[in-house]
This record gives sequence, C-alpha cells and structure tokens, in this order.
Amino acid sequence: MIESGFVGLLHGFTVALEPHNLMWCFVGVLVGNMVGVLPGMGVLSSISILLPLTFSMQPVAALLMLSGIYYGAQYGGAICSILLNLPCHPPHAVTCLDGFPMTKQGRGGVALGITMLAAVIGAAFGIVQMIFMAPYIAKIAFSFGPQEICSLMLLGLLAGATLAKGSAVKGIAMTLLGILLSLIGTDVNTGNERFTFGQLELSDGLELVAVSLGLFGIAEFLKSVNAINPEDTTSVKLGFRDLRPSRADLRQALPPVLRGTLIGSLCSLIPGTGPTIASFIAYATEKKISKTPERFGHGAIEGVAAPEASTHSAVQGDFIPTMSLGIPGDAVMALLLGALMIHGIQPGPRLIVEQPDIFWGLIASFWIGNLILVFLNVPMIGLWVKLLSVPYRYLYPTALFFVCVGVFATRNEMFDVAATLVFGAFGFLLLQLGFEPAPILLGFVLGPRLEENFRRSVLLARGSLATFIDRPISAVFVGMCALLILGQIYAAWRGKKVPVTIPETAFD
Amino acid sequence: MTGFDRHRDHYAGLLIAVIGAGAIYEGSQYGIGTLTNMGSGFFPVMLGVGMILMGALMAAMRPAMAGSHGVHAPNWRGAAAIVLAVSSFILLANRAGLAPATFCCVFVGALGTKGTRLTEAAILAIGVTVFGVILFHYGLQVQFPILRGVLQ
Repeated sequence: MIESGFVGLLHGFTVALEPHNLMWCFVGVLVGNMVGVLPGMGVLSSISILLPLTFSMQPVAALLMLSGIYYGAQYGGAICSILLNLPCHPPHAVTCLDGFPMTKQGRGGVALGITMLAAVIGAAFGIVQMIFMAPYIAKIAFSFGPQEICSLMLLGLLAGATLAKGSAVKGIAMTLLGILLSLIGTDVNTGNERFTFGQLELSDGLELVAVSLGLFGIAEFLKSVNAINPEDTTSVKLGFRDLRPSRADLRQALPPVLRGTLIGSLCSLIPGTGPTIASFIAYATEKKISKTPERFGHGAIEGVAAPEASTHSAVQGDFIPTMSLGIPGDAVMALLLGALMIHGIQPGPRLIVEQPDIFWGLIASFWIGNLILVFLNVPMIGLWVKLLSVPYRYLYPTALFFVCVGVFATRNEMFDVAATLVFGAFGFLLLQLGFEPAPILLGFVLGPRLEENFRRSVLLARGSLATFIDRPISAVFVGMCALLILGQIYAAWRGKKVPVTIPETAFD
Repeated sequence: MTGFDRHRDHYAGLLIAVIGAGAIYEGSQYGIGTLTNMGSGFFPVMLGVGMILMGALMAAMRPAMAGSHGVHAPNWRGAAAIVLAVSSFILLANRAGLAPATFCCVFVGALGTKGTRLTEAAILAIGVTVFGVILFHYGLQVQFPILRGVLQ
C-alpha cells in the first residue's frame, strides 16, 4: 500500500513537472490567490469562467489549473479576513474574529505569517491523507454494483443538501431541482426528449457552465452590485519582515495548528461538511479547550491558527470522495467533476487505476501548487494587500464580459448565454426566497448517473425496490441516509441545526 | 419584518411545489411505466412528488425554524444594468462583432453602479475590449468577427 503510494507519487511528479502542466498549475494558483483577495469574487464563479478556456487543453492540465483556483483562493481569502475584517470567503469568516483584532493591535503580519504556516501544515496533512486513503477507498468501491452506487449517491446528495449552510428542507428541494434540471434533454435509455419544449438547443441538455455561471456568477453580481464598498487599505502597510512570528508566537500556535489540521481532515471525509464547517468546529474546539477563553475575539493567535489549518486540510481532503468514488462533497467538487466529464473522463473508483496521470498528477501538483503559493504570498504580501482595494464597480462589468464570452465559447451557441441570464435571474429569486443554490450543482452533476443506476438496479431486481436494502453495503448507506434524516428531524424538533450553529452574519 | 419576510417560506414552498407539479404533469406525458419497465417519465414524476412534499414542508414550518433570511432587496439600477449588459452581448456579438458587443456589455454593466461617470465606464469598456479581442479572438480563436464587415 505504502510502496504503491510512493511509486504513484513519483509518477505524479513527472506528470506535474512537465513544463506545460507546471505552467497551468501556476496560472491556477495565481488566479485563485487573486480571486481570494478580490472582494466580491467567488471560487465557483471563477472556476466556471475559466472552465470553457480549458476545453482545448489536455484534461490533466485543465484539472490542475481548476483545482489550483480552489486551494489558491484559500490563501488569498485569509488576507482579506485578517486585514480588512471582510469574510469574502466563507471558510475564512471565522478567522476575522481574532485575525482582525490582531491587525488592530499591529500584529496583522504575525497573524498572516501564522496563517501561512497553518496552511502549509494543514495542506500537507490533507494531501498525505489523500495519497493513502483515496486508492484504498477506490479499491473497496470496485465491488460496488448499481445498487451500492445509487444508495451511495443518495447519501452524498442528502449529506450535501442537509449538512451545508441553510435550511435542510430547502437544501433537499434545491438538490431535487438540480436533478430535475439535469434530466433536460434526450433520455439515454429510450431516446425520448424530455423537458425540451421543442427547443433544438436543449436536446443535448443544459450546459453545466451556463447553469453554474447563472447561479453563481450573474446571480451573485445581481446581489452584490451597489452593495460592496471599496475598501481603504492605505493604512495597511505590510512587508516581508512583518510576517515573521516570534518564537513565543510559534510555540503558542503550533498545537492549535495540529488540532485544526486533524479536525479539517475528519470533516473533509463527511460529504457536505467542507472547509467552512471544519473551520467553525476548529475555532469552537480551540475556544472550548483553552485555559483563557476570554482572550478569544480579542486577538488570540490560536483563533487564527486552528481554523486556518483546518480549512486547508479540509480543502485538500475534499478531493478524496470526488476522486475515489466520483461523488463530490460540495459544489466546487461537483464543478471539477463536471469538468472531468466534459473532457470525456468517467469519474468513479476506476479513475485512479485507469487515469493515473490525472490522479497522481493532481496530488503532485498539490505539493507544487502549495509551495508556489507560499512563495507568491510571503515575499509579495504588499502587492496582494494593494489588490484588496480594487473597486467592485470595475470588477463585475469585466466579469460579465468573461461570463458571456466563456459560455458562448463552450459550444458556440448564443442560446447558452441567454440560458445563463435566465438562470442568473432565477438564482437571484432563489436567494431572495432564502434558498442556498449550491446543492443545485450537486444534483445537476450527479443526476444522470443517479437515474441510470436507479433504473439499472430496479431492472436487475425485476422491479423490487427492496434490492437497495437486500445487499448489505447498500443497506448500510440507506441506513445512514435514514439516520441523517432522523437527525435533522430531531434537530428541527429541538430547534437547533446540526452539527454546529454557524453565526449567519459570517456569510453576509 | 415586512410582509415579504413573513411569507418568504410560503412563497419558497409554493415555487418548489409548482415546479414539482410541472415536472409531474410534463413527466407523465413521457410514459411513467411500471417498476419492472420504467418509462422516461418515471424519474421526473418521482422528483416532482419529492418537490411537492418539500414545498409543503417549507410552507408548514415556522419561519424561525427554516432558518432563512434572504438577501437584501434588489438594487434595481444595478440589476437592470446587468440584465441589459448581457442582453446587449447576446444581440450584438454575432450581428456586429466581438468588439462592439464587449464594449456595450462592459459599458452598460458599469453604469449599474451609482456615481460611475460616463468617461470612467467608457475607459473601462475600451480597456476590456482591447484585452478581450486579443485574448479571445487572437489567443483562443473564439468564432466572432471583431467588427462585422470591417475586421473579420
């Protein structure tokens, strides 16, 4: 097991170090870091904007770049939270609580330095976890039949819908809507056209890029326009030297970093609980076990170290279910999975064996990408701070153009741009009604496979739905689904939300 | 709390239930079939039933329990500018070319922010147009003429 991991990793480095792949990995983390710093830009919309540009690239390079945006944005997001008290990225919202007081005390540089350390340790642990766990999980999943795949997908969707932020019922409704949207087009089993209403452009289904840029691009712009004020960063002056923490700081921050890392890696294994929830749990834990909890909220270094470490370890761990089972835990992973499918790669347990270049190349690129990020952030911190002051009124019109041209370029169809606009308006309506649109993307990406496996399982069992609980592994997944629902009902009855109550202000 | 806030979850439930009902109606046209021989409509109808159920649950919940509070009211000036910007791109890109479509899209979009001066919007739009034409026309070979009839 360990040996094959090293052989694979070695192979991965030969793939990731090819100049072409290395360049795209660099572009990805650079864009990610920028997106993290720029106020009002999200990871989802940035990945969707760049997705059409990757169609002409090789799948390995495309995946390295798109993943780089995701973990790169985590580095940038911390800068935003600590220096400006702006929770532009949900996972870093909790870092504001102690990071910004540290800035006010003139220790913002130290907070950023500790963040970098936490990032490296957290990410490294997350990657190691992926090296050893993903092939192992995939090996178990080899024996899965359509019943197991179907109930596992159901579990993933249910967890994604109920454990993420917002109301569980609304989350499930959004997932169902996403699955329904994915059925638009030609039914592969019968050749019937469904929900196309005579539109020729719909017979191949909706474009993933159109749906995600509508829901997370246009809808976000509609929400944020005139609501984000330009930030004044003239008072923040930071250089390379300011980042160096003292020996005492390090001694104080190291144990929280390790605890946070562990929490993050555990959270990443449960679908639906990505980096955001991990960072909140890490902060709460740190505050609970601290001998001086009253320091929290007034610039405690532990309150920066633990959540940042857990975010980075959860971000890397997030890739485990996606790459080993083909079941994404959140919307970002759904988008990456969709990108793989657009490149003609079938996700699932066979991916690691059949596409070693992609799997091991991705892991190796994580090492390289995180290293690049440290070198991008530590010496050039002053430059990133300047970027914080780019006004939103210049950003969103530019982004609008990229959305339009990107969606069009997907398959040279203006219909898709119009569809994006419709989804943007619809997404904004959903936001107004208190929905969280992220689970739509999960449903949309998994929908066709869910239907296919459902139909196949029931057909194999000659019409008996009991087949899902007759097979032991499938029965375990169905049982976990039931537990999840019962847990939600219990929590709703008690008037609380599991597993943690996240202060809603953190997301505004 | 405004009236809309108080009934937010009712509207939300209604929207989901209506979409679900639509899925059942439309899905049943494709043939539901039986469990042993499922038609194309089986899965959509199943989803539709689920959505009606969720819609009903949402409407029945206490507002506090749904834990929902939507975003602030839309900013009409900004929203109109964004919709017009994308529409202008859709209308112009094939007919007039990439350059005028880009200019219009960014220019109109930028006017959505209060206090943006016309010159400011125009400079931004020209900048993005130059960059966009170089990147997408020359770099990535997206199939648009730059300016129809003049620069192909």
